[in-house]
Amino acid sequence: MHESCAARVFCLRNNVLTLPFAPSFPRLALSAEDLACRRGGRLIFEGLSFSLGGGEAIALTGRNGAGKSSLIAMICGRLRPAGGHLRIEGAGDAPLSELLHLVGHRDGLKTALTARENLDFAQALLGEASASAQEALAAVGLPHVAALPVGYLSAGQRRRVALARLLVSRRPLWLLDEPASALDVAAQAMLVGLMRDHLAQGGAILAATHGSLGLDGAREVRIGA
Amino acid sequence: MIRAFLAILRRDLALATRAGGGGELALVFFLTLVVLVPFALGPDLNLLSRIGPAILWLGALLATLIGLDRLFQGDEEDGSLDLIRASVLPLELAVLAKGLAHWLTTGLPLALCAPLLGLLVALPGDAMLPVAATLLAGTPALSFIGATGAALTASLRRGGLIVPVLVAPLTVPVLIFGVSASNSALGGTIPFLTPFLILCALSLAAIVIGTIAAAAALRLAE
Repeated sequence: MHESCAARVFCLRNNVLTLPFAPSFPRLALSAEDLACRRGGRLIFEGLSFSLGGGEAIALTGRNGAGKSSLIAMICGRLRPAGGHLRIEGAGDAPLSELLHLVGHRDGLKTALTARENLDFAQALLGEASASAQEALAAVGLPHVAALPVGYLSAGQRRRVALARLLVSRRPLWLLDEPASALDVAAQAMLVGLMRDHLAQGGAILAATHGSLGLDGAREVRIGA
Repeated sequence: MIRAFLAILRRDLALATRAGGGGELALVFFLTLVVLVPFALGPDLNLLSRIGPAILWLGALLATLIGLDRLFQGDEEDGSLDLIRASVLPLELAVLAKGLAHWLTTGLPLALCAPLLGLLVALPGDAMLPVAATLLAGTPALSFIGATGAALTASLRRGGLIVPVLVAPLTVPVLIFGVSASNSALGGTIPFLTPFLILCALSLAAIVIGTIAAAAALRLAE
């Protein structure tokens, strides 16, 4: 079972690479300078600086409540920094929010819609279509749930459908909040494979995590020492 | 961009019609309200037909308001709003799509059912169509004024009745001109078109202002 999943992932990986558009992302760099975060009047963190370029991955670590999710919310524009700057270079005039994928605690899936409908919706919304919903579901090892309402799926399966969103539309920056939560061992390996492919195409990954990302080249950025 | 707009519209329509979507709930609530009124007032047909348009309008107003708190709350809770924020669509257009879907699943059915429910409040036959027309023209204003209130309370858990309380005072002009246009169809000195055109203007203004205000409120929400 695990082997057949892995084989499918690999063959799809080849499909993605042979799609007609340019396989690598334009070079862009995200940099944070002296970033500070305040929520409800309380200072969560300050003086956070890092830079993230194409092909690089950052594992964001820190104790519970250190502000990992807040930083991700800040990058996707939901939260305003209390100090410092977030810059994106090399993207032309596209705003940061149109360059990123977010897979967070809240999975962004509608329980009443089927997995395929959810992914089609995400693709229409995010643009830059790449893999179809069915291909993306096959890549995360769930080709058989396409027609099932997401409400019927287990927590791990839902997380995998949310991860399949990363594949239906091509965006250079992946923001992942605890991406491996609820995933079994095989699915974690699948996730590492997806992340490796993304990095190989010149994409960037910022992932909040408590464990290890499983990526060799990932740098660790620790919030709130 | 058009594809993203249509995707939101189509998704919200699909969600309203699926199990637990509550799309038909507003209509049933409207029906219940209008059916209860004759029981409360007694069998005075003259009285009923005189206040009939007001009852239909009040019923439509309340039926629109009760479901409004879920307009953005559901999307906020499950993270879909983050997806919409990351989309290629400006937030204003996303709000427009959601408001439009809300009107198509709430206001439009209410307006279409109004002639039928007019029978229950002894509305004269020639007043049915004008009353339905005023509801058709006025309910978009209710949806989009309400969208602003719904956006302000999107991140509140158990917002519940806050939205109707917040929004109801803002709907007073719509109610006044809606009922006055309906009444002028029953006879009176005011021509039907005068209040009706003001009602149309209110709806158009509410669509523009409500869309911008709701998007601003969603940007401020944390």
